[in-house]
Amino acid sequence: MTAAETAELEKIRQEVDEMVKPWEGKPGNLIMVLHAIQNRYSYVPRKISFEVAKRLDVPLAQIYEVITFYNYFKLEAPGEHIVSVCMGTACYLKGAPALIQELKNELGVEPGQTTSDKKFYVQMVRCLGCCGLAPVLTVGHKVYSGVKPEQVRGILAEYTQPQTN
Amino acid sequence: MTQQEIDAIREQTRAAAKKTYIRVGMATCGIAAGAQDTFFALREKIKQHKISVEVKKCGCAGKCSQEPLVEVAVEGMPTVTYGNLTKDKVAALVESHLVNKKVYQENVVQLEDPKQMRIVLRNCGVVDPENIKDYIANDGYRAISKILTSMTPEQVIAEIKGSGLRGRGGAGFPTGVKWELTRKVQSDQKYMICNGDEGDPGAYMDRGVLEGDPHSVIEGMMIGGYAIGATKGFLYIRAEYPLAVDRVEKAIKQCRANGLLGENILGSNFSFDLEVRLGAGAFVCGEETALIASIEGKRGYPHPRPPYPAVKGLWGKPTCINNVETLANLPPIILNGSKWFAGIGIDKSTGTKVFAVTGKVKESGLVEVPMGTSVRDIVFGIAKGACGGKKVKAVQTGGPSGGVIPEEHFDTPVSYENFQKLGSIMGSGGMIVMDEDDSMVGITKFYLGFCVDESCGKCAPCRIGGTQMLRILERITEGKGTPKDIENLKKIAQAMQKASLCGLGQTAPNPVLSTLRYFENEYKDLIRAEEPASV
Repeated sequence: MTAAETAELEKIRQEVDEMVKPWEGKPGNLIMVLHAIQNRYSYVPRKISFEVAKRLDVPLAQIYEVITFYNYFKLEAPGEHIVSVCMGTACYLKGAPALIQELKNELGVEPGQTTSDKKFYVQMVRCLGCCGLAPVLTVGHKVYSGVKPEQVRGILAEYTQPQTN
Repeated sequence: MTQQEIDAIREQTRAAAKKTYIRVGMATCGIAAGAQDTFFALREKIKQHKISVEVKKCGCAGKCSQEPLVEVAVEGMPTVTYGNLTKDKVAALVESHLVNKKVYQENVVQLEDPKQMRIVLRNCGVVDPENIKDYIANDGYRAISKILTSMTPEQVIAEIKGSGLRGRGGAGFPTGVKWELTRKVQSDQKYMICNGDEGDPGAYMDRGVLEGDPHSVIEGMMIGGYAIGATKGFLYIRAEYPLAVDRVEKAIKQCRANGLLGENILGSNFSFDLEVRLGAGAFVCGEETALIASIEGKRGYPHPRPPYPAVKGLWGKPTCINNVETLANLPPIILNGSKWFAGIGIDKSTGTKVFAVTGKVKESGLVEVPMGTSVRDIVFGIAKGACGGKKVKAVQTGGPSGGVIPEEHFDTPVSYENFQKLGSIMGSGGMIVMDEDDSMVGITKFYLGFCVDESCGKCAPCRIGGTQMLRILERITEGKGTPKDIENLKKIAQAMQKASLCGLGQTAPNPVLSTLRYFENEYKDLIRAEEPASV
């Protein structure tokens, strides 16, 4: 192992330690640890899973079994901004499919994909619980309500630098 | 903390309550509509005018379509609620209402509604969910102190049984009976679980309660824990509800700091503690055996019952799982008595029900009505009917496990049994209003697609049946359907209902059967059509 690799491993171990510690010894802690990982890196990196397996003494296969069962966990790094289109029933009825279509037109990606410039990741989510404001989409933590397809371009523009426009 | 101390906090907080205050609804829906900006703008403006008034946060008052909602109380003036109060209107509001003492007419909304009755939502939009004293001042933790000082667990169970309270998650199993079953099992350890995995896409009653009044759910858990003999509880909440998680965690910390959770609560022999566990986006985890597997840190696979969780639940120990809304009902039942609660509602459906009325209605939001209220009163009376002069066609209740109720049946009083007779279910409280433009086949395809995505794949009837039905529906909407398709849909649906392992698969065909029951002509029209439909 090169010095750089050792340093990286050391860093990973330290980060894993920080995330595992609050859950140390608590039964059924794996999902909560995975939440902590995803909150930190916005996905669950494989090299982190390796260390978590060692630290929690669970097989790597078990970690992947859990990650792949739940929609919430991602195995690949999403783009810089996560665009979530709510696909709850109210949003569906009030035009969410048209928002997905508009995002496809604007960004050229399907839900579950990241744009080639890594700026945006588009996903469908099952109800954000703001049904009274349907249709809803979020960029990061910001919620946009009553969105019409023609507003999508303007919303995305808030997150792109002027020179990339 | 002792009971006397709780009483003292209640009296002090009440006495200190200012007659002049401003409350801003800061639940997810309010914040999405800009309540945070309104909140800071209000503080800023008040400072500029050098007025002494506290600006407080509260949960959702229920009128989601008119968020941000702001309540202004000034001594000597009637308390007024303003709707759509975005930050650009703050200056005008403050000048009018607080400086010139004149109601700012343009944005006044009427929250009071004689058709509604708020038991579960009693504190939502009233208390500051992040302040335990606010909850205590509104009779909070009086129910737990009452039972710890004067009731045996058996008496608590008898009281809840007598109230007729049934599970608000949708199945409607009597809560007291569930507790009794769990109480009877001998074990060194038992668990209480709060099911906050609100899975129906299009419903947010539980989010409203968890965000607006987390302490009432905690108190409900304590009452249940005492009744069944549990010392530990888990609140399983969707990760998609970060604000709810945050507020519940804060509430738990406040309880621990005040001796309301932990050892020897209120000086009694009762010890109880709570922990939050997060869901991770799996609809099947609303099913109790799958939910237990998920808390155990595993894939959320359901398993066959019996054994029921009451006998063998979390980590093999007797476990009682109650829904958020069920739990929030408990403190008022203990305080007001089972007779009071049993007197509300009709037949075997007592108390109230919270609905999230959404879709094509003018005033979408959270409503709480006594059981027995007609669907018509909810859709037209409270939610004011369809937008844009359209005709309401039907409501959908129970989400992906439910069905539709067409407009001609809207006079039906709300009850578990009545909804079932109509081929739908009460469900957890989602009520989606559809107008004449909405395709019943389209909405069915939407729900079935949801169930196919969410099927865990463990049993074949659900995994294969759902996919096959979805294919047929896709064919029909593409204009390639055949008359035999309807027959096949019915056959597969019946097989899934009979042979699926858990509630997800057993109920997934409900939207298909229900829309076929009332709107088979829409299927037939599409089958006859030459062109693909736009659904």
